[in-house]
Amino acid sequence: MARAFTPKVVTANDLLEGDVIYMTGDGNWTRDHAEAKLFEDEDEAKAALAKAETQSLKLVGAYLADAVRGEDGKPEPVHFREAFRTRGPSNYPELGKQAEL
Amino acid sequence: MYEYNQFDHDFVRNRVREFRAQVERRLDGSLTEDEFKPLRLMNGLYLQLHAYMLRVAVPYGTLNSRQMNQLAYISEKWDKGYGHFTTRQNIQYNWPKLKDVPDILDALADVEMHAIQTSGNCVRNVTADHFAGAAADEIEDPRPTAELLRQWSMDHPEFQFLPRKFKIAITGAPNDRAVTKAHDIGLRMVRNENDEPGYEVIVGGGLGRTPMVGKVARDFLPKADLLPYVEAILQVYNLNGRRDNKFKARIKILVHETGIETLREMIEEVFETQKALHIPPSEEMVKAIEAQFQPPEFDAGPVDEEKLAAAIESDPLFKSFMETNVHEHFDPNHAIVTISLKPIGGTPGDATADQMRVMANLAEAYAYDELRVSHEQNIILPHVRRDDLPEVFERLREAGLATANVGLITDMIACPGMDYCALATARSIPVAQEISNAFEDIKAQHDIGPLKIKISGCINACGHHHVGHIGILGLDKAGVESYQITLGGDGTETATIGERAGPGFSYEEIVPAIQRIVERYVEIREGVDETFLETYRRVGAEPFKNALYPETV
Amino acid sequence: MSIIVRDDGFHKDSWEADGGLFIDLEKFGQDVASKAPDKTALDIPNDVSAHSLTGLFNNVAMIRIPFPSFADGRGFSIAKQLRQIGYEGRLRAFGHVIADQYGFARTCGFDEVEISEELAERQPQEQWLARLPKDNLSYQKKLLAEREMRNA
Repeated sequence: MARAFTPKVVTANDLLEGDVIYMTGDGNWTRDHAEAKLFEDEDEAKAALAKAETQSLKLVGAYLADAVRGEDGKPEPVHFREAFRTRGPSNYPELGKQAEL
Repeated sequence: MYEYNQFDHDFVRNRVREFRAQVERRLDGSLTEDEFKPLRLMNGLYLQLHAYMLRVAVPYGTLNSRQMNQLAYISEKWDKGYGHFTTRQNIQYNWPKLKDVPDILDALADVEMHAIQTSGNCVRNVTADHFAGAAADEIEDPRPTAELLRQWSMDHPEFQFLPRKFKIAITGAPNDRAVTKAHDIGLRMVRNENDEPGYEVIVGGGLGRTPMVGKVARDFLPKADLLPYVEAILQVYNLNGRRDNKFKARIKILVHETGIETLREMIEEVFETQKALHIPPSEEMVKAIEAQFQPPEFDAGPVDEEKLAAAIESDPLFKSFMETNVHEHFDPNHAIVTISLKPIGGTPGDATADQMRVMANLAEAYAYDELRVSHEQNIILPHVRRDDLPEVFERLREAGLATANVGLITDMIACPGMDYCALATARSIPVAQEISNAFEDIKAQHDIGPLKIKISGCINACGHHHVGHIGILGLDKAGVESYQITLGGDGTETATIGERAGPGFSYEEIVPAIQRIVERYVEIREGVDETFLETYRRVGAEPFKNALYPETV
Repeated sequence: MSIIVRDDGFHKDSWEADGGLFIDLEKFGQDVASKAPDKTALDIPNDVSAHSLTGLFNNVAMIRIPFPSFADGRGFSIAKQLRQIGYEGRLRAFGHVIADQYGFARTCGFDEVEISEELAERQPQEQWLARLPKDNLSYQKKLLAEREMRNA
């Protein structure tokens, strides 16, 4: 039996900067997980990933990551790895994305 | 220290130009990401969790003050003001931008450094005993051999696309500080019955998913046969190493599946061909390299022993430092100082730009301008006059670099783990930090005695957990960090792979678990002189398992 | 249509147009008598022992070694071994070799590289000519030159 689809965001690293990026609703890219588009339909998610994979001059290593809709309606990461990717290294709270939070 | 000749300079500059062009060709679509990735890796550039990461080689761990100052400069100009020294005598920058990397490589070339072959499926940076050229127990300085191997392996046309990475380590002392038995090739400098110099050649060691202690391929290889013999090992590996499964592609699996006897015959057969064709470098060339590693002219003036004794007497911290961070030099007027990059609660192996400058200045003022990077993620001042030790200590203390914990429980190895690494399955750094905080009392640490904790954040074992007296492996267990403990590992000449103690512990449980092991050791040791490893070897795992899993007793 | 890369640039592959044949190693035994050696190219897999081929050296004008992926470097060692044991005929690398590897291929003993049109378009001639072995700074060559100087 196929596993039920769970909501996803499309994520990758920016080719030039290396930063973690997420696809937004208009097909652009953001560094803020909260601004990512949450795909609740499997086919839409796959289509968005396929689109990301054509943008090889913009990004590296696109994939679908599990996310849920938070209380404020914005997507939140599920796995701890994805949570770290939204922030930065835990040994230096002043470095990475968390510096701007 | 080895100084680049014109060829070395031209080679490294040319390599930077090539990489600059490769970056441009990636951006204009000439190279796909799949094609670019191995090329950037061969130049030390990874794409990690949050950013790119550049791994710079410190060949055989040797640096001068100018180079260390440049590492500091690079960290401030293109990174975030710090660097991470690794277990393979490299330094890693965690935040470079792709477009800046060619400029960083040029800045490295300015001081005779590079990032070539610090990653990729090729022969990696050749590592050596970090006390090389200074240790009292050394038979011969291993660094000229390491430099010869560096030159031989650079851009070797046949061996840039091996089944998997290939690591070589070399030691010139009977006390193995270079973990030679856990490398693809380990070389130990020995002499035969006629007192001729040569190597014991060990192949197929490695940690990772399938940890193995290397096996002896040759117990005595004459020095002049080194390159054709290593070339033979690499050719046999390139042709026969598995390419169907990344996790079975290291030479240790080939050794395991083929058997050392058969493999030895295969190597010898190729070696005969290689030897006929591949006349080793001339004695002049070898001598020219060796000449560059001559020890400095040591100050032979009498050491003010009274001054040293008084300093030890008056300052208990300095006394502790002398006990753990200072080692015997072959020259009786001098000592080897290890600067711990393991401050209590800090990130193992990290140094800020300011700290790098302090270490560079100390090397210049007190250590004949030499520094070493150890596989234990510390920095060494290899030659310090004994009566300069109090001043050196004082200046280290001012810079937060005088932690007297070398070889003790808080002198941990930890890989970057999931705080940086894209492959990691759990964090390692915060575990190291919390263990360090739990055992912060230096006096208590000295009482516990020599104890090596090594932490890896995934099965690839960059933190050498298999050879830690206590090893910790971080895994992802159904979306939660889980830590497995191994006991009794040893990375020295008596190399042993640690045994798994039992089920894993959560992030919250792992530090108390380590505390229980240590408490049990202190209870059952036969006197303060019996080290953790000795106790473990005497009593086995049971008492520690009982301490770890009391509910099952 | 394949493109052949040599030190003087790109060429159309004229081997078959000129009457040459590629014969798989496993079929070679049956076909060998029917073909003139100068029109015969031997296709070998990249897991074959070079030493097993010594008997065939005089029956072929070319040996072609495949690169299923540029990351699979076995072909470099086979080429090197073939040259070491005395094969002097034409040696061609075939498949996914990238411009950055051209110098390695030449230094290991290949005369030429056969690539797809798609790759030739993506990595045009000048990217390959930037990697000519004669311009390549190489420690290997330096070690070799030093040896030859001593033997002279």
